[in-house]
Amino acid sequence: MQKMSAMNRKLIQNLAETLCKQVKHFDKRETECLIRLFSGLLGEQAERRAAHGLDRVRFRNILHNTFGMTDDMMMDSVFRAFDKDNDTYISVKEWVEGLSVFLRGALDEKIKFCFDVYNLHGDGYISREEMLQMLKDSLIRQPTEEDPDEGIKDIVEIALKKMDHDHDGKVSYSDFEKTVKDENLLLEAFGNCLPDAKSVLAFEQHAFQEPHGH
Amino acid sequence: MGETFSRAIQWSSDADQLENSPLNNDILTEILLFTEDFDDRYPKEARILFREPLQWKTSLEAADFTSDIYDTRGEAAVSLECDDNRSPLLQLSPPDITVHSFYHLSNLLQLSKDKTMKEIRACLEGDTLIVHAFIAILLLLVNELYFCSVCVFLPREGRLSPEAVNTEVDLLKRFCGTGENRALKSVSYTSDYVFSNGCRSPPWRQMDGEICSLIIETCDTEPTLFITCSTSGVFFDERINGEGGVNYYMRKSELYKDIITLLKNMSPHFAVAANEQGFFYNVLLCMDSSHFYPEKILWESTSPSVCLKDIKLWASLNINMSNRCICVCMHSKSPGGAGDFSESSSEDEEDEEQPERRAEIPTDLPSEYWQIQKLVKYLKGANQTATVIVLCALRDFNLVQETCQLAIRDVGGLEVLINLLDTDDIRCKIGSLKILKEISCNSQIRQTIADLGGLQTMVSILDSPDKELKGLAAETIANVAKFRRARRTVRQHGGIKRLVELLDCVPNGVSMSAEQERDVEVARCGALALWSCSKSTRNKESIRRAGGIPLLARLLKSSQKNMLIPVVGTLQECASEKSYRIAIQTEGMIEDLVKNLSCDNQELQMHCASAIFKCAEDKHTRDLVRQYEGLKPLVMLLNEAENKQLLAATTGAIWKCSISLENVAKFQEYKALEILVGLLKDQPEEVLVNVVGALAECAQISENLATIRKSGGIQPLVNLLTGTNQALLGNVTRAVGACATDPENMVIIDRLDGVRLLWSLLKNPNPEVQANAAWAICPCIENTKDAGEMVRSFVGGLELIVNLLKSQNKAVLASVCAAIAKIAKDVENLAVITDHGVVPMLANLTNTGDDKLRRYLAEAIACCCKWGSNCVSFGEAGAVAPLVHYLRSKDPSVHQATARALFELSKDPNNCITMHENGVVKLLLIMIGSTDEILQEAAASCVANIRRLALANDKAKYG
Repeated sequence: MQKMSAMNRKLIQNLAETLCKQVKHFDKRETECLIRLFSGLLGEQAERRAAHGLDRVRFRNILHNTFGMTDDMMMDSVFRAFDKDNDTYISVKEWVEGLSVFLRGALDEKIKFCFDVYNLHGDGYISREEMLQMLKDSLIRQPTEEDPDEGIKDIVEIALKKMDHDHDGKVSYSDFEKTVKDENLLLEAFGNCLPDAKSVLAFEQHAFQEPHGH
Repeated sequence: MGETFSRAIQWSSDADQLENSPLNNDILTEILLFTEDFDDRYPKEARILFREPLQWKTSLEAADFTSDIYDTRGEAAVSLECDDNRSPLLQLSPPDITVHSFYHLSNLLQLSKDKTMKEIRACLEGDTLIVHAFIAILLLLVNELYFCSVCVFLPREGRLSPEAVNTEVDLLKRFCGTGENRALKSVSYTSDYVFSNGCRSPPWRQMDGEICSLIIETCDTEPTLFITCSTSGVFFDERINGEGGVNYYMRKSELYKDIITLLKNMSPHFAVAANEQGFFYNVLLCMDSSHFYPEKILWESTSPSVCLKDIKLWASLNINMSNRCICVCMHSKSPGGAGDFSESSSEDEEDEEQPERRAEIPTDLPSEYWQIQKLVKYLKGANQTATVIVLCALRDFNLVQETCQLAIRDVGGLEVLINLLDTDDIRCKIGSLKILKEISCNSQIRQTIADLGGLQTMVSILDSPDKELKGLAAETIANVAKFRRARRTVRQHGGIKRLVELLDCVPNGVSMSAEQERDVEVARCGALALWSCSKSTRNKESIRRAGGIPLLARLLKSSQKNMLIPVVGTLQECASEKSYRIAIQTEGMIEDLVKNLSCDNQELQMHCASAIFKCAEDKHTRDLVRQYEGLKPLVMLLNEAENKQLLAATTGAIWKCSISLENVAKFQEYKALEILVGLLKDQPEEVLVNVVGALAECAQISENLATIRKSGGIQPLVNLLTGTNQALLGNVTRAVGACATDPENMVIIDRLDGVRLLWSLLKNPNPEVQANAAWAICPCIENTKDAGEMVRSFVGGLELIVNLLKSQNKAVLASVCAAIAKIAKDVENLAVITDHGVVPMLANLTNTGDDKLRRYLAEAIACCCKWGSNCVSFGEAGAVAPLVHYLRSKDPSVHQATARALFELSKDPNNCITMHENGVVKLLLIMIGSTDEILQEAAASCVANIRRLALANDKAKYG
């Protein structure tokens, strides 16, 4: 057992050595901590699945419990944005890469991340339908009105008007990028998909503390 | 002044009782209601003491004074609160009662229960003048008339302000309509957008002093009048379309002092209608009057602060607004001095809350209105995500446009935006503040934000760790705190301390991190907010106590203009306080202020010059300005004559700096006098006051007198003697007086009839002007050939000056004594002033302890002895004994004049006896030992006269 753990440590160190060169924002020690955290989370998972990486349910738990996210659809989307190879599991590399943007990303990286999250169909555009889907619960419905969704539709139109710079009826990445650069508040325009400063701080404190007993 | 309220209120036939008529009862009820809750509404004002107490026969008894603020002793009752002389502010010894403040009057009325009406009636019957005064105060405080009065009187100073124009336009709008007796059809601005300075004209036309343009439809002239209001007056223009569709205005008419005057000239219908409509007429009456001076001031407050929309009283009673009303409010605005400069910059601008203009929203609402209404509706039911989208959409409206600003308010948007500030979502807060920051440039929005408690929330946001959020909150506070109540709210909720904390940053790091740059930006926002807040005196004190001064001093080292402007703006605002003036000097800020005089931003230069203006009353500060080589840049700035605010600040700084002779020498070197003389024409009064002040200082050096003459300064100076601005007159009289010491100058002054102008200023009610005029008259008499003849030619002039010996003001008395001494050198004139009773009046003043007055009084007595039996009369009037005591004064200049007076008086034996009895000989013997030959001789001659009398006496006794 002792030997195993020592080997494991060696393995983790090597992996961290490699990853921290590929990923921005984290140094080797931090990368090591994140890998260790990852393997801890995997340990909670059934053996069979652990081979592939972190599954959707575990990941959503983290988003919900650690980063205070509540919207199911947004959490699934964030999962998809982390899961770059679309294999429904988050590998250790995807984990470190994803967190690097999620926790410490520069504006450009975050714009890309959020666009990926909002691009539900993965076709490179955010369409009216996608917006409607993401914003469907963002307004109190007026049941008295003929079409209770009228308000939402209107807000979608407002958002589209603000973002659709090339007037093609959908928001491309460059539309989105330009909009957010003009007005940073619109980074998370279609739903909360990034952690707030407080939970970032809490997560980092927890994750990057010196491991006990070493 | 008789045509005031007394016409409205009905007195009984013997004029000492108020008739029991319905009208009187209405008036009394109004006064009663007003007085009863005065203390609650205006606690600060209520504590101000009356100049003279109210006294009347009361039906109250000691037993009625149940409150513990009174002390009852038998039948009498007194308040525990006392004035400085320890006499109680309320005193009852039945049936007489004396009350010294509104606080006690309010209390008394509350105690009198069912007898209130009787009491207020008795009180008013006690003194008819009080009725006027009450009404005046009532109108000033309760009505928007405060604005009327203040605004209306600004033109009296020769210049229009945006506020004055606004008030006048609001007034005119009341007289538009469709009825038979309307005075006008319509009045409207050509532009809805109001700049933060209150002007509506585009900035490039504001440069020429324009405030706004109006379109007025009258009932009888050509369909539409295009009128432009500018700071120098109102003119009627013809609109032509220039190239590129820009409207150019061509001046077509002469300048009128205000819109009403212009309309009266343009529209006969308006002139008639205006005179028929009481309210209007009354205001016109006030505008036409040019001099308002108090006869009796009952009570004065510097801050009639609250405005209610109760003009009912005014309209229903049709009271003529008397001169007295104006006195009450005008009095607080005394002229002259740096302190006054600051107050005017502080309290006038935008300070007063304006009545809401909700009713004026046109019925055909623009499409923006409906769009904004829809967005605000969404905001009310949106989650964070949709809220941010909607907020961003709102920001896409043109928020500097008043229609959009008021639309947001009118659909309840301000409530929602302010509620968002209380949420946890930082993006919603930022989005909301970004909108509030923009729209709070509108004064009505500011007031609503304050009403809704927005300031409290914004102050608490200043504690946030998010720097963008903090900065936005501070910037919005900067916009909202443009009126007194808002500034007070910020202070009372701990905002000043938090804002001062924002200033803590390193402004000039060599390589600043992004974080440090954000700190600097937050500090800049904090400085902006403090700048707005610093217009209230108590906030200045709070900033100081929160440790703001060293932080401001550090920021003053910044090289960024957008940082320096609010920082220096705050400093110059606070420099009205002595503590700041000292700190600016001791914390080394003069050097930075001087450095920035040479920057390339006129606003910053203006604030620096203005700070120096206020601080340079202090000698050491003046020296520092010279040592840091600030005098030359100041003189250079005189060339920026187009920017009047900058010019006013610059000339002010030069004026104060020129109090030091070393600085005057520098100014001579830089040829400043020639430039200053050139600025004596066609300048606004705030510039003229300073220019003339500076010339008056420079003229203390005799070689400058010729410079002023050679550069053509005498004539414009003499011309300014005909003005009405008290501060300006105070300086002009000084300058002309200084110039008159040069005989060549005097020839010009005489030719321009300057002495007559000076003499007529003795009638000016302002003591400073009176005194300076009298001082100026002295060298004029001295340096004019046939001065006696000239003085006699002023009809009533001698009587006028002699009567000024009744003044209560020591400076006036000293100056008048000095002038009388000069006048008395002409025997014929001495005879005339003797007839006017100069001898007893001078004798009456002899018991003074004021050395300056003693000196000139003694001189006047010495000179006046030389006619008829004046010498004897002085003795009989008891002038001799007090004069003897003047010899004990510490001031040697008193000794010489006194010795000369005593010598003259010693020509009468009885006077010699009096002197001897008062121990004069011993004192004179000391004087004989003086190095001053005139003093020696006068003292010796006086002793000789006394000696001769004693010898003669001995001879008579012993043969």
